[in-house]
Amino acid sequence: MIPAERIILESASPIPPTARHSLFELAASYVSVSTMSREPRRGIGCRAQSKETEGTTLILEQTGSVTTAEPTKETRSEEDLDLPWQVVVHNDPVNLMSYVTMVFQRVFGYPREKAERHMLEVHHKGRSVLWAGMREPAELYVQQLHGYLLLATLEKIS
Amino acid sequence: MEISRHNDHIEISELDPFLAELLRQIPASASPDGVPAAEQRLFSSPANRKETELCAEWKAYVEPELRRLFQSATETVAADLEQLNRNEKSLANRTLRIPAKHADAWLSALNQARLVIAAKNNFTESELSDHFRSPIGSRRDLSLFQINFYGFLQEFILRDVGA
Repeated sequence: MIPAERIILESASPIPPTARHSLFELAASYVSVSTMSREPRRGIGCRAQSKETEGTTLILEQTGSVTTAEPTKETRSEEDLDLPWQVVVHNDPVNLMSYVTMVFQRVFGYPREKAERHMLEVHHKGRSVLWAGMREPAELYVQQLHGYLLLATLEKIS
Repeated sequence: MEISRHNDHIEISELDPFLAELLRQIPASASPDGVPAAEQRLFSSPANRKETELCAEWKAYVEPELRRLFQSATETVAADLEQLNRNEKSLANRTLRIPAKHADAWLSALNQARLVIAAKNNFTESELSDHFRSPIGSRRDLSLFQINFYGFLQEFILRDVGA
């Protein structure tokens, strides 16, 4: 099985410290995309933790302007605190190998060779970690995999 | 039976009445109704049972979406299969055309049917790997043949669809 650390490096792009606020917004935006007909989740903000930080210089990428922020509270979402989760696909003697490979290509955008490698890992070892990262996109991946009738689960990396 | 690829459809011709009947059974075979093992397989748990909140949310919000998705696929396939019910001599060979845009629906419906049949019959992995088991001497043999026949069709459609 591919070590979890390697999967994380492959799947999660590095996030510079200055982008932490963007990360929080990204996590929140996933809620409406990934949950299909779900009602909006009850306030992610309510579940966030806060801590006091020093005044910080923020570079606003959209406008290119530079501004100095007042001392503020840094918020970290539950998704940050929960990192990381992993998407695991389990062996199933019925699904065709070619079908599973196609699903991995479609869902994760993996090239054929990588998709086949994961498919063979599922076949020979019983499971393969396909992706790791924040919970919301991981849920979305599992949902897509179930839509293709694969046995997939979401696991918290301990 | 002959199967050929065309620009905008896949054509299955020279379908004898037996294979035509197996195709007609795809939508019914894909239904897990009344078979807990099949229901459990089509709507498997998204996480360890200890993740109670996640599993409960999944059942409430995601599972109904999956049901609609699966049903939509079988309905598309059922509509295509109407071609086999035209007013022809009952023992004549038939032709079925699967539009290219319905390929995903067919892949899904065939997969649903294979999974449900396997769950209903509780086939072992070695039985499922035995693609040349013959002759058909029991209902169980017929179910295995059905799984393999649907798998053959899936393989052919997959070559057409790609990633």
